[in-house]
Amino acid sequence: MAKIHVSTTVNGEPVEFLCDASSSMLDALRGPLGLTGTKEGCGTGDCGACSITVDGRLMCSCLMLAVEAEGHEIATIEGMAQGDKLHPLQQKFLEMAALQCGICTPGVLISARSLLEKNPDPTEEEVRFGLAGNLCRCTGYDKIVRAVLETAAEMREAAR
Amino acid sequence: MNDMTNKWIGQRTIRPDGADKVTGRAQYSADVNMPGMMWGKVLRSPHAHARIRGIDTSKAEALPGVKAIVTAKDIVEFPVDKSVMLGIQDMRWMCRNVMAREKALFHGHPVAAVAAISEEVAAAACALIEVDYEVLPHVIEIEDAIKPDAPILHEWNKHEGKSSNITGTMVLKTGDVEAGFKDADVIVERSFTTRPVHQGYIEPHSCTVSYAADGRVTIWSSSQGQFMVRAMTSLLTGIPQSNIRAIPAEIGGGFGGKTIIYLEPVAVMLSKKSGRPVKMVMTRDEVQRATGPAPGSMSTVKIGAKKDGTIVAAQATFYVQAGGLPGAPLRGPVGCSLSAYAIPNVLSVGYEVVSNRSKVAAYRAPGGPHGAFAAESVLDEIAEKLGLDPLDLRIRNSAKPGDKALYGPTFGQVTFKETIEAIKAHPHYKAPLDRNPRPGVKRGRGVASGFWYNAGGESSVQVNITEDGNVVVTTGHPDIGGSRASISNVVAELLGVEHSRVNVIIGDTMTIGFSNLTGGSRVTFASAMVATASTEKVIGQLKERAAKIWNIDAEAVKWEDGMALPAGDNAGKFPPLSLKELAAKANEMGGPIGTQVQLNTTGADPGFATHVVDVEVDVDLGIIRVLRYTAAQDVGRALHPGYVEGQIQGGVVQGIGWALSEEYLYDKNGKVDNATFLDYRMPVCSDVPMIDAVMLEIPNPKHPQGVRGVGEAPIVPPLAAIANAVYDALGKRFSALPMSPPRVTERLEQP
Amino acid sequence: MTDIRYLAPRTLDEAVGAFAAAAGGARILAGGTDLLVQMRAGVAKPGTIIDIKKIPEMTAIEDLGGGAFRIGAAVSGAVLAEHAGFRKAWPGVLEAVNLIGSKQVQGRASPGGNLCNASPAGDSVPAMVAAGAVVTIQGPNGRRELPVEKVPAGPGRTNLTPGEIVVSFTLPARPKGSGDAYLRMIPRTEMDIAVVGMGVNLVLEGGVVKAARVGLGAVAPTVLLVEDAARALIGSRLDDAALEAAAAACRAACKPINDKRGTIAYRIKVAGVLLKRTAAIAARRAGGN
Repeated sequence: MAKIHVSTTVNGEPVEFLCDASSSMLDALRGPLGLTGTKEGCGTGDCGACSITVDGRLMCSCLMLAVEAEGHEIATIEGMAQGDKLHPLQQKFLEMAALQCGICTPGVLISARSLLEKNPDPTEEEVRFGLAGNLCRCTGYDKIVRAVLETAAEMREAAR
Repeated sequence: MNDMTNKWIGQRTIRPDGADKVTGRAQYSADVNMPGMMWGKVLRSPHAHARIRGIDTSKAEALPGVKAIVTAKDIVEFPVDKSVMLGIQDMRWMCRNVMAREKALFHGHPVAAVAAISEEVAAAACALIEVDYEVLPHVIEIEDAIKPDAPILHEWNKHEGKSSNITGTMVLKTGDVEAGFKDADVIVERSFTTRPVHQGYIEPHSCTVSYAADGRVTIWSSSQGQFMVRAMTSLLTGIPQSNIRAIPAEIGGGFGGKTIIYLEPVAVMLSKKSGRPVKMVMTRDEVQRATGPAPGSMSTVKIGAKKDGTIVAAQATFYVQAGGLPGAPLRGPVGCSLSAYAIPNVLSVGYEVVSNRSKVAAYRAPGGPHGAFAAESVLDEIAEKLGLDPLDLRIRNSAKPGDKALYGPTFGQVTFKETIEAIKAHPHYKAPLDRNPRPGVKRGRGVASGFWYNAGGESSVQVNITEDGNVVVTTGHPDIGGSRASISNVVAELLGVEHSRVNVIIGDTMTIGFSNLTGGSRVTFASAMVATASTEKVIGQLKERAAKIWNIDAEAVKWEDGMALPAGDNAGKFPPLSLKELAAKANEMGGPIGTQVQLNTTGADPGFATHVVDVEVDVDLGIIRVLRYTAAQDVGRALHPGYVEGQIQGGVVQGIGWALSEEYLYDKNGKVDNATFLDYRMPVCSDVPMIDAVMLEIPNPKHPQGVRGVGEAPIVPPLAAIANAVYDALGKRFSALPMSPPRVTERLEQP
Repeated sequence: MTDIRYLAPRTLDEAVGAFAAAAGGARILAGGTDLLVQMRAGVAKPGTIIDIKKIPEMTAIEDLGGGAFRIGAAVSGAVLAEHAGFRKAWPGVLEAVNLIGSKQVQGRASPGGNLCNASPAGDSVPAMVAAGAVVTIQGPNGRRELPVEKVPAGPGRTNLTPGEIVVSFTLPARPKGSGDAYLRMIPRTEMDIAVVGMGVNLVLEGGVVKAARVGLGAVAPTVLLVEDAARALIGSRLDDAALEAAAAACRAACKPINDKRGTIAYRIKVAGVLLKRTAAIAARRAGGN
């Protein structure tokens, strides 16, 4: 069967791609769209490495069909920094060594941004449950949680 | 050099590879694509144990879009009667692990591979390959594999004169244990089991390979050592090492599990046969089924002590799984479990047991946690019986400098006691614990210690001064946990330049000299040592250039704060020459400035760690949660404290998973029943507390910066520390891991 | 895999027509959090995927007044959580829907999908059973309604007939003094499938239980409505004896299996423990209403 044509928006820019009906959004991002920052750790929605937002809502791109992107707004790690200015979470992750191997990092950052958009002043427990869908095997989560809490505090301060 | 006033060493600098990793630009191996690339897929055995009578690939070959098929015939065979070692891996087993030869030895064992124009076509072709299996009875668990009537995996293997699944033995001995136990006032002997656990790296194994028409091969892959990839691929394909360029992509976690290869030789042969680049990426399911977990174990430890707590004898027996092919990490439990203690009479014996599971691979302090779980649990019971603080018991028996270690060498520096004292003095250990905060909830506190050998070995480091007077450092070790950040701190410090002027990259097998694996807690130790030697050579060159410009002796030049200066008034008066100025004059004064140093490093003394943990048990549901965790470790010198703490924190949380929730489950057909991250339960963020990493910086005198290996020791104590804390909470000892809710509930119902 | 058709109908009639026409070769796509995993594992091989999220009724949340709600089958947990009125009326149902997977999964997973996946361990189902939810189903022969507990037929099987699609859940009005809760036992704190799931819905009057429903998951081939447990609670002040009787009824109702997630003995024990804990939370909420 012929491929399906999809028009969507990725990181604010209109894009078009072709995919099979069974392709996941993750396949489309990493394949035709060339956005390999979104990672595959499990393909079953259990690790969060493929986290993206769709119309602002956090999702695993491995659990979404690529054809479903039609007419929606997709945001990936590649759109998180504004030009060469890192998002405060990205900057804080670097400053606080909140990544080691870095494979989970794009998903964790997307997830953390989504968390802070909903809850700018989370408790440690809220951060931990908010990021429970993102497996990290290197850090033991300590520095990730601290970096998110610290970023939240700085973003609140900056917004005052 | 080991000066706490250092400008860069010990600073939490931003890692050179950081911006790429937080923006999604870092290139991991699955992110690499080639023009004309095809997809490779592996056909895996649907049986746990079967003789392979024949493979018919004709239907698969006929499928449109299929470009090549590989079976064991395409992989170099190493006969079983002659060992060929590469590092800790025996190529007899590696060649059979990457592609099943006589037999499929576990469910998921590769039997063939296909390269095709898409993943779908490759998968469809795999389904068309007809394998004639003679299905054999299988055996999964150690206790079943060592029974007299167990199915035998390798008929050629004999133990005590009979065909057996015991494929290896290791014995370490000192003194006379029988006599020693006669002197003991108290003896505790207990048996323990641990379950296999996976390293759990989030990035599946993958590689992209190009075999060119002239026989030159390029491999991009996820591994803990590009030189290991090159050497093993060379041995398994017959392609000379000089024709293989192994490029280390960024690696998404390894923990030991990427110190061996699975896909690379297969992909090389697929690429060779098809004449096209080939990409292979494992699914999570394949990773969990067919890549090496850490072994499970059965052990018995007996320790005897005097009333005052002096340990007089210890005996330990460990049965350690190897998986379908030999290669269990016996030296972990046999050598580590008792080595931190000065015990006059010790007998430590290990047996390697094969069974129909995927071949084990290294996992952070391989075998160490298994042994420590047993020994440190027994020590806790000894302390209790003698009415001693468990930390005091450990201090009393700590090994001392000059003691001969059970595993052979004589200890130089021993910093075990310092880790115990750090925990003893820590507010955590002294904090009151509300043992029964709510009905049905009990809390307890436990301690345990750990030991790991650490390692040095081969490293190569290039330091090159750019024409504009900045610095590029190339090392040969894949950086998993921030080693580039540590090396840039060292080089910036030594050269006396701003950290931002130093860039560190990882070279491939054709651009940097041989460097051994990233593993064994060796990379920062070894590469900092070699980077130091390399940088010092460059500083020598810089001083020579300045001397030449000033027309004085090189000995009369000193290097300070990034500048050449006359060493003293006698040397003459010259304005300082900066790195930039010297670089600008490099060519007229003798050519480019830079060097490569290659060393087989030594002096990596052992690592010691002591941990304390508070747990809470939901008694009715049998759920154990970790409330507070403090880990003290001698790290020698923390070149980059953030990444040193990170090693400790990550190792501890892996230990928590091992203790409480991770295990391999098999169905009755010998198939892994929990090959997903849903049912292979690694700790998630909400499962664990902050991990307080207490870094003791007692310089290692054998290292220029005082570095000691860090990565492995932190996973050794948690299993026993948590079990000891659970005992403190419930009054019941747990000898079987994981302490999962059904198991805890069952144990609570026992006396 | 490439010969799959994707349809995103705008009306229910179109969806039902396509679903019926595919004669078993189609799968309904709501959040896809089960379907995509099954497709990837090769367990599901649909010829047609029918995405129902473009059908307004499927994604609507309707406040029917008095605490009654109608929820489209494809409403995601994350969207439902943003509805303040629903959160107040049915906190137990909401917490159950939002225990389906991670935050990422909640952005997609729906109660309709959770029900039709027919796992005995689906988190939203025991809470829906306790709530007394009624499911509206549309098929080639028109509309019908079923109590939610009548939909699952066994692991992976439902009582829907060919071509039928679950459209919505209707939750009844809430009398004063109502409260519901859902608890599950999982080994980790998140990201697990329920070993036991427990939904309790109570109506209290002067501290006395006037009405009760108990839904119990992951201990039998389908989620159970445990009427004996409800009877043990009704008329009581949730004293220890009544709670123990209800717990005993839950334990008696269990027909579990040993599997990778739990043992028979453990599941039976936990069913009793969770009844007591869940009832306590539901009662506290009822007291506040």
